[in-house]
Amino acid sequence: MRITQGTFSFLPDLTDDEITAQIAYALEHGWPCSVEFTDDPHPRNTYWEMWGLPLFDLADPAAVMDEVRACRDEHPEHYVRVNAYDASLGRQTVALSFLVQRPSEEPGFRLDRQEGVDRRINYSIHSYATERPAGSRYGAPAGPSARSNGNGRH
Amino acid sequence: MAATDNGRVSFATGGRASRPAVASAPEPEEEPADTTLAPDAVVDLDAVRSDAGVDDVLDGLDRELVGLAPVKERLRELAALLVVDRIRERFGVSTDRPTLHMCFTGNPGTGKTTVAQRIGDLLKGLGYLRRGHLVTATRDDLVGQYVGHTAPKTKEIVGKARGGVLFVDEAYYLHRPGNERDYGGEAIEILLQAMEENRDDLVVVLAGYSDRMATFFEANPGMQSRIAHHVDFPDFSADELVTIAEGMVAEQGLGFSAEAHTALREYLALRREQEWFAGARSVRNALDRARMRQARRLSEGGGSLGLADITTLEAADLRASRVFAGGHRS
Repeated sequence: MRITQGTFSFLPDLTDDEITAQIAYALEHGWPCSVEFTDDPHPRNTYWEMWGLPLFDLADPAAVMDEVRACRDEHPEHYVRVNAYDASLGRQTVALSFLVQRPSEEPGFRLDRQEGVDRRINYSIHSYATERPAGSRYGAPAGPSARSNGNGRH
Repeated sequence: MAATDNGRVSFATGGRASRPAVASAPEPEEEPADTTLAPDAVVDLDAVRSDAGVDDVLDGLDRELVGLAPVKERLRELAALLVVDRIRERFGVSTDRPTLHMCFTGNPGTGKTTVAQRIGDLLKGLGYLRRGHLVTATRDDLVGQYVGHTAPKTKEIVGKARGGVLFVDEAYYLHRPGNERDYGGEAIEILLQAMEENRDDLVVVLAGYSDRMATFFEANPGMQSRIAHHVDFPDFSADELVTIAEGMVAEQGLGFSAEAHTALREYLALRREQEWFAGARSVRNALDRARMRQARRLSEGGGSLGLADITTLEAADLRASRVFAGGHRS
């Protein structure tokens, strides 16, 4: 099941050129960008892991694209997204957030129904991917060592 | 809702695996027509120059910067080379992108930063840089305090400068000979790597005193070989300094009285010989102090003031400087 999360998610996946253009748009508006990744795409999983620190004071999208590529290389079977944060007073929120990578196979979700008292039904969404431990989801076996999160890279 | 593939190309399967191809794929209609010209075609050189805004930048340089004849000459040469390269490209003659990293040597206050800024504009106009902005960095911005701090710091600065000019002021401080635990060497290595990898969208300009830059290059031959343009900034002559001072004063809506003019000339002649003279920067500081003295003179004098009074710097404002008493600070 193709996950639709964030901006542009109902469009075909963006090409690198299109991603660069979107990042340029964010930077033109003065929104610093950051790269995040996860292998738990549950819709309520708001806080993905940060790839390095947010990138401030950039004029050009090239540096963000470098980080996106580095994150993809390190986590080829994870979801990767770019966030653009609008820090202006009164907004102070993520202004733009879109996927820049998805795993090659996305097993999707199952709807669980739990019957409670008085035949009341509780619903919850179960991600098939999370049945396996973090790091070895989406067909990618965890490497010999823990994968980097982009901090202190050389 | 099990594993399905709805046939869309995903980032991972299509977008990333064939990334190099993707870069050129989206606009196939732009590709064929306008790239190569026929061998017998003619290109209007002036049109190329004016489209790229080359003449605007060079004329601006001539107009706004006093003196610096050899620097302007070098820039004209560089601009000519780049324009011709652009035309060659249109004929389909492949030329390697020239190395554009530069080294500016000269004493303080000789216009190195200002020229770096103009070079950014020039290269942007010619399409060698996407933005042409100037990012100034010194040792503090590049070198970290502890192990593992330098690399991210330098990379961050390089990232900020992508698409523009990275101006490393007093670059020789990066290298501290005799101190093995200094992280400057690491910063130099990363800088070198960035200069190679991002050659197509980053221009690095190293600046500093010429003798110390020479020592720096001796210790870092890799740096020396990656820098194509060494530009030496001559000191300003006394006349040029006077012209600079006049320009600065005019910018602020002020003027010199006739006597003040003579005083200025004498002041600059003396100041040039003294310690800590920093070219145009010293001139600016001297004028700032003269303005302060003028304001004090006016407020202490009391009475009524006209436009001429508040816009004229008098000889006394300059003559009060300690420079005339032989001290190096005014």
